[in-house]
Amino acid sequence: MSLILHNVGLVHPNGQRALQGVSLVVGAGERVAVIGPSGAGKTSLLRVSGSSLRATEGRVEALAANPWQLSARGLRRLRSRIGVVHQAPPIPPRLRVITAVLAGRLGTWPMWKALASLAYPADIAGARDALLRLDLADRLFDRCDRLSGGQLQRVGIARVLYQRPDLVLADEPVSALDPALADAAVGELIAHSAATGATLVASLHAVDLALKWFPRIVGMRGGEVTFDLPAAQVSRAMLHELYATEGSVLPTQGNDPGALTLHKGDLKAGTNVVPLSRPGCR
Amino acid sequence: MNGALAPTPLRDPQARRRATGLLIGVVVLWPMLVLAEFRPAALFESGNLQVMKGFLASFMPPSTSADFLGLLLQATLQTLAIATAGIALSFLLAVPLALAVTHALSVSRIGPGRGRWWGEGVRVVVRMVMALLRAVPEVVWALVFVRALGLGPGAGVLALAITYGGMLGKVYAEILESGDTRPARALLEAGSGRLAALFYGLVPGAAQELASYTVYRWECAVRASVVMGFVGAGGLGQLMDQSMKMLNGGEASTILLMFLLLVMLADLLSAALRRLLG
Repeated sequence: MSLILHNVGLVHPNGQRALQGVSLVVGAGERVAVIGPSGAGKTSLLRVSGSSLRATEGRVEALAANPWQLSARGLRRLRSRIGVVHQAPPIPPRLRVITAVLAGRLGTWPMWKALASLAYPADIAGARDALLRLDLADRLFDRCDRLSGGQLQRVGIARVLYQRPDLVLADEPVSALDPALADAAVGELIAHSAATGATLVASLHAVDLALKWFPRIVGMRGGEVTFDLPAAQVSRAMLHELYATEGSVLPTQGNDPGALTLHKGDLKAGTNVVPLSRPGCR
Repeated sequence: MNGALAPTPLRDPQARRRATGLLIGVVVLWPMLVLAEFRPAALFESGNLQVMKGFLASFMPPSTSADFLGLLLQATLQTLAIATAGIALSFLLAVPLALAVTHALSVSRIGPGRGRWWGEGVRVVVRMVMALLRAVPEVVWALVFVRALGLGPGAGVLALAITYGGMLGKVYAEILESGDTRPARALLEAGSGRLAALFYGLVPGAAQELASYTVYRWECAVRASVVMGFVGAGGLGQLMDQSMKMLNGGEASTILLMFLLLVMLADLLSAALRRLLG
């Protein structure tokens, strides 16, 4: 198993509860989308899974290890096998794109290599390949402060692709991208997972993207998992219930959000197993 | 997510705290001004004005004799050498201290994980060491080293290295913490080492700040070397000491002009470095 969360709860130091009784088992190579309204605990779930936050309750196992029982060296090695795509890419603006991408392997490079790479990039070809997949190869030697928000977010994805982790945790990885690019970027994450066998857990705001690319959907609300189903079994009614606080329009990233609005009658008994799909989706 | 929200009041909830802070500031500062015998009016009493005028007049005109200018040049070079060597040594001392102390590179705070209290303990101890290094003024260190090494610039260099090592270490650590620390944290969370996280995550954002503070400290070191020169640690300070003892105000003012030049040089250097790193 790549990721096991057993009855996990998280209370922030300020007393606010972010997760409650979350249990989740994700097999090796599995691809899971986490959806839910903002504040549902999606980010907390990913941070707890990626050993950047310690759960207050319950048990977390990532890549067959309990991160908090490992030695410092073991924890470092585990972390280097987990790739996190952050919603706001944590990349210093003055860094060059190539350096930002190569930073993905800092967990595995020896220190001399990391320092030498600042003088002359250690793996130009590798960084270019990762950027090529996100259509950014021409910005290889630009500084990150010359990029738009969407381009920077793709650099963040390229860094994780270059890292080649066994477990990818993507927190709203395409929130700053327009629909076509978002679709392509999620496709690259999926392709990476398919090619390397890496497990992929992604939180997505756009429900249509999640349903299109991910075979398994986890719905979260108020820090709890409300459903955990194959994508085909996720119904409109379940989605509308999930997003009830955000009005009657489901968050999508397509150009016609109306396609997923609630129509009267959808909630009738028996209709809530209709798989949701949008024209234009595969 | 957290149910019913309390109605938000229509006044700034922090207003009272700020007002209290201001009040405390005034209440604390006033007795300090009294204790420090701060009476600016005394400056302008006629007797005092006369004395100051006489003192300042003795500095005019600046001395320009070739002999003295030769000495001045030599002493300036020595001062520059003391300041530069002192800063270079203190830099070597400060970098590991700052690395040890800065929260921005703490691995054990992520989570928080194992060894957190051990890590905090180390930070407290290193912080105390830095406080010790800089609590003793460089003149005092210079007096100590002049006794050990004899008169000359060597004592000044060591004194600067120690005091400024403590200062640079403290301020470097704080500069690294005050910028955006998320890039470094993200790298640490991906298994990167602390040194790599420093150079890939923190330095790019803090380089300008670090450079201008270091150059500013170099400027301070130039000035500090005067005071240390008074106790025999060489350089412009020693020259100044001799000129003052011989009551030669003209020479003293030439030396002061040289200081002005050096400070302006530091300004240019700092600006150039910031541009380079920007």
